[in-house]
Amino acid sequence: MSAAGAPFALPPEDAALLAQLRAGEGAAYELWVRASAPRMLRVARRFMRNEQDAQDVVQDAFLLAFRHLASFDGSARLSTWLHRIAVNAALMKLRSKRRHPEESIDERLPRFHADGQHEHAPTAWAARGDAAVESSELRKAVRAAIDELPELYRDVLLLRDIEELTTEEAAVALGITVAALKTRLHRARLALRERLDDLMRELGGSPE
Amino acid sequence: MNCREFTEFLMAYLDGELPEETRSTFDFHLHGCQSCVNYMESYQATVALGRAACSEDAPMPDDVPEALVEAILAARRK
Repeated sequence: MSAAGAPFALPPEDAALLAQLRAGEGAAYELWVRASAPRMLRVARRFMRNEQDAQDVVQDAFLLAFRHLASFDGSARLSTWLHRIAVNAALMKLRSKRRHPEESIDERLPRFHADGQHEHAPTAWAARGDAAVESSELRKAVRAAIDELPELYRDVLLLRDIEELTTEEAAVALGITVAALKTRLHRARLALRERLDDLMRELGGSPE
Repeated sequence: MNCREFTEFLMAYLDGELPEETRSTFDFHLHGCQSCVNYMESYQATVALGRAACSEDAPMPDDVPEALVEAILAARRK
């Protein structure tokens, strides 16, 4: 997406590559696939829990991209366009595999006493998020915590907070209403916060 | 307004989606409830952490299987 009022101009290197791809130059395809595959696989692995599925998504996404190259309108970088196709391919794959009933998230949500007070009074996290995330251990733990969320909640969180789709875009991608999407996103964040709570309070020592 | 209600509508509060009157009730609760201040800050940190942990700076995989690349290129030639 471009800044308001300033139309996006396709960078010359993208325009050159696009021309070669549209001309059917095999070497250009090979270059493009080799250069883009790591990024595609990283996106696919975020969504798919199984390595083979992640690789299938990468392949599906490239084939979709090849097929739709003619209709690429240059309103974003080629890499951005390809990234979106990978996200869509991952969502298609997830939809095709979703057979089991929706897993409840209720037991992962914060608990309250009958009078509405927190069962466990929240204390401040010792480390700030941006500083803490410089630890590769913590990044790994956060990714694992996201991955452990029930699938439907994880997908919403990935689309909104990680891929930064708008609420409306994410709702369309998942085939749910905007209201349902907002409820799921909030619950996913609450559950993730609970999961990270111990970890973050321990980091840098107890605030008490 | 209690902590459970505050938590339930926290996202709408942070996104500025609550009507003015409701928002004032939330502001009032926050002023007197350190637990909810802590909760809100950790909720915001959770979103930031998730984003940062999966960001574009996250390590790029260096284990793309050659067979995958070959399969993609072969499928195009078909």
